[in-house]
Amino acid sequence: MRNSKVVTLEEAIRRSGLKDGMTISFHHHFRGGDKVVNMVVDKLAQMGFKDLKLAASSLSDVHKPLIEHIKNGVITGISTSGLRGELADAISHGLLKEPVVFRSHGGRGSAIANGELKIDVAFLGASACDELGNACGVPRSENAKSICGSLGYALPDARYAAHVVVITDDLVAYPNMPQSISAADVESVVVVDSVGDSSKIAAGAIRDSKNPRDILLAKQAAKVIINSGYFKEGFSIQTGTGGASLAAVKYIREEMISRGIKASFALGGITAHMVKLHEEGLIGKLIDVQSFDKVAAESIAKDPLHQEVSAVEYASGQHLGSATHALDMVILSALEVDTDFNVNVLVGSDGIIRGAIGGHQDTAADSALSIIVCPLLRGRIPCVVPKVTTLITPGKSVDVVVTEYGIAVNPARPEIKEKLQAAGLNIVDIKSLAEKASSIIGTPDALPFGDKVVGIVMNRDGSVLDRIYNICD
Amino acid sequence: MMFVPGNNPGMMADAHIYGPDSIMLDLEDSVTMAEKDAARLLVYNALKTIDYGNTEMVVRINPLNTPYGKKDVEAVVKAGVDVIRMPKTETADEVRELEAEILKVETEIGRVGETRIMAAIESALGVVNAYAIATASTRMMGIALGAEDYSANLKTNRTPGGAELLLAREQIVVAARAAGICCFDTVYSNLDDMETFRKEVELIKTLGFDGKSIINPRQIEVVNSVFTPTEKEINKARAVVAAIKEAQAKGSGVIAVNGKMVDRPVVLRAERTIALAVAAGVIDKEEAL
Repeated sequence: MRNSKVVTLEEAIRRSGLKDGMTISFHHHFRGGDKVVNMVVDKLAQMGFKDLKLAASSLSDVHKPLIEHIKNGVITGISTSGLRGELADAISHGLLKEPVVFRSHGGRGSAIANGELKIDVAFLGASACDELGNACGVPRSENAKSICGSLGYALPDARYAAHVVVITDDLVAYPNMPQSISAADVESVVVVDSVGDSSKIAAGAIRDSKNPRDILLAKQAAKVIINSGYFKEGFSIQTGTGGASLAAVKYIREEMISRGIKASFALGGITAHMVKLHEEGLIGKLIDVQSFDKVAAESIAKDPLHQEVSAVEYASGQHLGSATHALDMVILSALEVDTDFNVNVLVGSDGIIRGAIGGHQDTAADSALSIIVCPLLRGRIPCVVPKVTTLITPGKSVDVVVTEYGIAVNPARPEIKEKLQAAGLNIVDIKSLAEKASSIIGTPDALPFGDKVVGIVMNRDGSVLDRIYNICD
Repeated sequence: MMFVPGNNPGMMADAHIYGPDSIMLDLEDSVTMAEKDAARLLVYNALKTIDYGNTEMVVRINPLNTPYGKKDVEAVVKAGVDVIRMPKTETADEVRELEAEILKVETEIGRVGETRIMAAIESALGVVNAYAIATASTRMMGIALGAEDYSANLKTNRTPGGAELLLAREQIVVAARAAGICCFDTVYSNLDDMETFRKEVELIKTLGFDGKSIINPRQIEVVNSVFTPTEKEINKARAVVAAIKEAQAKGSGVIAVNGKMVDRPVVLRAERTIALAVAAGVIDKEEAL
């Protein structure tokens, strides 16, 4: 067609004006199936680029080829929400010269919008795109093969990056509308065989957990929600994808039906569980920054009440219109919680980075009630501790901690404690939980951290919350 | 009573958080020969160090005629177990043999008479001798059916309806009641079929059992929901107990509730309903009086 923006990847890179030292960005909607980051960085390495800063919305196991690119000096800086697998392990041991900058999803959105995180070239994978660059994550033809649903985390990049390249494996006829990424923001379109491994992008609906501990935690979390005072007609909720979070939805659903209560919206990463409640009429709207499974991805494609939002609209602390500000309750997980209610979701008890901030900081801070669900012990690892290894979400944002040994309520929320006690829940002091953990498994040895900063944890307002040091073997 | 393998520290560490009435740490069938000694040590340390709160702690030992049985008794009595579960009990003599072993260890540590016995009946001979077993020792707190071995011994198979177990179940309930001790039904092992499990729990409650053995925390809710008296049953029981108190105060012999005569069995049943409701935590003790 006239004015087609379709070019090869190499040509797109050349046209972008990318230079050594600049910042490139990616989204993580293809999750563990993502092929875009590795494909683009391989090409950049081949073309001789050096000293690039990689700003991803998140990185995972699949991105371990970046280790070589870091060693070769192609990538010299990373910012992300999370790191996992061998790449995380290598970085925790000091692979990268500059510390990785960790931001929450809302924090990244804000940083891009206010110019703190300046993106020179965004390489954004899309499930479908037309020749002018109207792109989306939902299927638009029979050839669609890499479906991810919402493209929420890519939208700030598309809007604010100096140059945007869309990479798709399904070039569809113009106009690919309604679109997530607008052609007005796109400079080039690259067509490739595959942007992701569909079996790892959006798995089928996650099955209900049969783990008795998850079920116990889920029931307790559901009881906290039901008795919190916020469980009333028109409430709103966000949950994660952990076994306990998903199981909690099941118990909340039963109570909604029995009391005749409906929610106005569910927010965040949307799962099949939430889609089911929405389709049953129990949840009015779904506000979706990331579709977690196939059911959610299919729902957002066809249901006008299931809406995509950008990371800024979802959870920016600096944009008062963001959805988290309207959120009543959120269920979150944790690797560690300490006796000041501070939460760590990023660094494992072995000192190795193995998680992601995600929307943790954002939803905990903005919601009316934040509930952390966390077993007291994971095998021989204590999860309620005197002090978190790394501070990710400050305790002042955390209201309730649910463990299998009891529920702790932040002293700043006496009215919540009173309500939960009146409902007969087992409310305990958070210090007694930490003591219980240590009485069962003792006090672990201090971690052998070195003196090199390998990660900086940003708060969502742009301030520095904590530093992660290299771990020594 | 929740069965927990005695060779699984992860499960032993937090079995009580799910709220079973009792936990049975198993040294017998769930532990292979090669792991018997290690499991005994684990169970000993679990009983000594883990705070199981008010949960009644039971250990299923290996039969005394194996190389492990006596060592098991020594370890768990020293660790302060509440109840020893004796597997495959067939005669009263076997109970007395266990009693003597327990007494030996208790005397050594100066804690005589604290350890109680539960006998598992898992064969035709055991069923025939149920009453003799139930009355073999003052330490006997209950008898329990072990259905897998029993149905194999009968040369039949287990069926969802449990027809093959009917006589054994009834015999065990009758023997326990005659002896004035408790009786517990066997496990149900298909965790994916909660409906059949519920029916089985309803059946054994009707037969008169005091409780059910379970193999997974997910089964607790079903057992509790079947055994916990309903609000209607509790209110009725309270009315009966109140009426009898009033009648006793007036010195009247015959009483009626809602126009129906109340005799002794009705009162006993009402008292049991209230005791069950207290045990299930539906009403508290003071409220019950």
